[in-house]
Amino acid sequence: MAGRTRRYKVIFSPQKFYACEMVLEEEGIYGDVSCDEWAFSLLPLDVDLLSMELPEFFRDYFLEGNQRWINTVAQALHLLSNLYGPFANCYGIGRCAKMVYETWRELEEEEEGEIKGRKPEIGHIFLLDRDVDFVTALCSQVVYEGLVDDTFRIKCGSVDFGPDVTSSDKSLKVLLNAQDKVFNEIRNEHFSNVFGFLSQKARNLQAQYDRRRGMDIKQMKNFVSQELKGLKQEHQLLSLHIGACESIMKKKTKQDFQELIKTEHALLEGFNIRESTSYIEEHIDRQVSPIESLRLMCLLSITENGLVPKDYRSLKTQYLQSYGPEHLLTFSNLRRTGLLTEQVPGDTLTAVENKVSKLVTDKAAGKLTDAFSSLAKRSNFRGISKKLGLIPRGDSEYDLKVPRDMAYVFSGAYVPLSCRIIEQVLERRGWLGLEEVVRLLNGNEFAVTDMIPEENAPSDSLRLVLVVFLGGCTFSEISALRFLGRERGYRFIFLTTAVTNSARLMEAMSEVKT
Amino acid sequence: MNRTKVDEEEYWHSSKFKAFTFDDDDDELSQLKESKRAVNSLRDIVDDDDDDLERVSWSGEPVGSISWSIKETASSGGPTLEGREPLKTRNSLSSYPPLPKPVSSYSLSSFFKGRSRIGSLQSLSDALSDVPPKNYAPELRRPKGEYKDYSSDWSLSDTVRRLQKGKVCSLERFRSLQEKLQLLEEAVSVHDGNVITAVLIFLKRTLSKEILFRELEVRQVALRHLIHFLKETGDQKMLLDLFRYLDRTEELALSQYQEHLSIQDPEKRKEFLKSCIGLPFSVEDAAHVQDHYTLLERQIIIEVNDRHLESAGQTEIFRKHPRKASILNMPLVTTLFYSCFYHYTEPEGTFSSPINLKKTFKIPDKQYVLTALAARAKLRAWQDVDALFTTKNWLGYTRKRAPIGFHRVVEILHKNNAPVQVLQEYIRLVEDVDTKLNLATKFKCHDVVIETYRDLKDRQQLLAYRCKVDKASAEEEKIDSILSSTQIRWKN
Repeated sequence: MAGRTRRYKVIFSPQKFYACEMVLEEEGIYGDVSCDEWAFSLLPLDVDLLSMELPEFFRDYFLEGNQRWINTVAQALHLLSNLYGPFANCYGIGRCAKMVYETWRELEEEEEGEIKGRKPEIGHIFLLDRDVDFVTALCSQVVYEGLVDDTFRIKCGSVDFGPDVTSSDKSLKVLLNAQDKVFNEIRNEHFSNVFGFLSQKARNLQAQYDRRRGMDIKQMKNFVSQELKGLKQEHQLLSLHIGACESIMKKKTKQDFQELIKTEHALLEGFNIRESTSYIEEHIDRQVSPIESLRLMCLLSITENGLVPKDYRSLKTQYLQSYGPEHLLTFSNLRRTGLLTEQVPGDTLTAVENKVSKLVTDKAAGKLTDAFSSLAKRSNFRGISKKLGLIPRGDSEYDLKVPRDMAYVFSGAYVPLSCRIIEQVLERRGWLGLEEVVRLLNGNEFAVTDMIPEENAPSDSLRLVLVVFLGGCTFSEISALRFLGRERGYRFIFLTTAVTNSARLMEAMSEVKT
Repeated sequence: MNRTKVDEEEYWHSSKFKAFTFDDDDDELSQLKESKRAVNSLRDIVDDDDDDLERVSWSGEPVGSISWSIKETASSGGPTLEGREPLKTRNSLSSYPPLPKPVSSYSLSSFFKGRSRIGSLQSLSDALSDVPPKNYAPELRRPKGEYKDYSSDWSLSDTVRRLQKGKVCSLERFRSLQEKLQLLEEAVSVHDGNVITAVLIFLKRTLSKEILFRELEVRQVALRHLIHFLKETGDQKMLLDLFRYLDRTEELALSQYQEHLSIQDPEKRKEFLKSCIGLPFSVEDAAHVQDHYTLLERQIIIEVNDRHLESAGQTEIFRKHPRKASILNMPLVTTLFYSCFYHYTEPEGTFSSPINLKKTFKIPDKQYVLTALAARAKLRAWQDVDALFTTKNWLGYTRKRAPIGFHRVVEILHKNNAPVQVLQEYIRLVEDVDTKLNLATKFKCHDVVIETYRDLKDRQQLLAYRCKVDKASAEEEKIDSILSSTQIRWKN
């Protein structure tokens, strides 16, 4: 191979960063390699789900404070508005949401000619930072699609089912979206409904097969050419999903899922905190799972506004003893992101402000509160939960078969905060009346309404809502909003930087490869 | 019927209902057609003066040659999964019929043309039909075309705009400190991390460290980007200098500590950890790092010793249960388990004894008992388990106590297939009656169930339970004798 000149091309997707060019230059190969950019950033995973497949977004922005992806998201929004007309109303909450919005508006203004006079197809767009609602992302999922993700890991809309699910000796990679008719009917259902539904369907299917017994030749011919193939298809999908359910149930029984959910609900509702803390302590002692133990600790911390210093110290020590001393670094990351903190009694908001005000004079960085948002942020979950009614009243038995609100995605125990915020803002067409909640959420809300006067917007478009999750969104949130859509006559489209769940969040924060 | 089996299979399995699966050896695997087409269209974009160069694929075959094109068409692209088998053998072996292999109907090209209706609304395409659909699909940009239009006169804000668009832009002419800082502030105001980093790269190159640090100290957003940049490019030296300058002592210490992860050799890692002990950690973290060092130090000693014992072949425990992995770099609890497994009876003086570990690392009783129990139960050493819980009080009576709750003890014993007699003994010690009954029933410890119902004076339950035990068994007899006893005042 010697004596040959080679040409190399590097294609950066979705974006080329200057830091990369710098590395090429420093290594002395800048001119030898030609660079290109391929701005492929939106992957439609389903009829209502667009993913940017940027899982690194969460760590880059929320841990390191790096704003490199803001432009990428703004470009994606720009593309969408070019394709589907301008958006009539924009809402958002979160520092990153604000920056994305501003960047996107700049892009729109530069290229105004493109969309002038076009009618909007999407009535509302809502931008949310992941850290506005960490709690939901940390909860165990119990809707079918969420459970499949938690148990098997759905990647890019498809999942690997192993031999224990396929009941054969090989694995199967299956695409999970609305085209899988069986999946589409069960994906948003609470798990307790799924098995019964699938069994019923299997029985129906069997009944349909059995119809052929009483048929004459003509009917049989018809049956075979029209229906039988479809039935066989459905049968195979059915057995796959039944296999998945069985696998899930086996795993959950082994993990003592019941006990785990009980503890989570206690944390969400805010009672039996000492018992929950003991449960977590035991979980760590038994070395059950480093990711799960961490997740529970974070849930405790966020719902309780930080751990009591004694608990923080002792749980941290036990964690390091059970899972490895290197996790000292993981704890540092979690603290910086605000996922696992210690209650610091003396430090009120104003005290911290005074300490740092000497250092910070940056006008470009915005207000003082923005400059050290990670330091000053408090969780306030209980206050928010009360104001927004996130914990449904426990008077009557919650019917999971006929859910009455979005709390069904967590077995009736908790309405996802992110979804509730979206519900309220859409209802009020803004933040009016939510001032107290906004304050507890650390501000950074915005609403720009009637950019297109509503007479000009076709009524259909006003029902369409594009929700943009910056930092990831979970299948539980998607299911909850689909439910809300059905209830209120909205149609939700989801754009997320990546699909996520509690395990992925914890892994992103872990400094140690588990 | 003259049709062959294969024909029939094919007939049945073609269907208008399309569900999507990826099959291992599926030649028609759906893939991102757009991406493949884009990559293949590379040829069109590559510079003109490339014509005389021979293009070679990664495997070494010249592009366009016969062997290359055979490989291209033969590969099914997409994710390669393990174990490809030829189609016909798989069909005959597996009872799992292959699902049809259609293409996902979510075509990317239609998405990017904007004609697919989002949300399946009534189309407005009538109003827009005279506008030719613009193709928004991402294309590979021509490398030379867009980048050669620069002059040297762009203003500050124009420069930043150009940087946002990824265009080539020389920053060299911003020589005064004031201009540089204005440039930085402009970059921060457009929120783009890539641009901020680009400006920082320039500032890092053209400003002294002290001035750069001084200016960034009061610019939090830019500072965060510099820190991340230094981390990503591995410029550890400057990063530590920066932390020192900012007096961020904890981050300084943690950043240095982090380096240990890249040291593989245990001795070297141990030495490095020793050097970390004096770093400005918080008080608790300093203790953790000290423990980390001590732990690794112990593990090295234990590892050397045990490997020696194992190869000598004289020690029974190592013969019966050969070690599956080294103890190096394992967490403390795992090390304790190991020590309780292999070195349980050793006196306190040795490095590998469990008591020594407990004392050195101040392991709480709860954790210790839990771990020792798990280890001894695994070895089915029931007497050791017994001794763990037995204490003598001052009168010399022995009693059983557990810092972890006997229901936990029972579960761990059961997981290790303890015999019923052992299980029963510990179930009896569970205080809560309901838990006791649950466990006893679950693990089929009939005697305990019977005794408990007797103590509760619950005749109905006892009668019900009688049906669950084997006919003419000792348990049945026991139940009968209890039921016929005249001394018990049954409550039902």
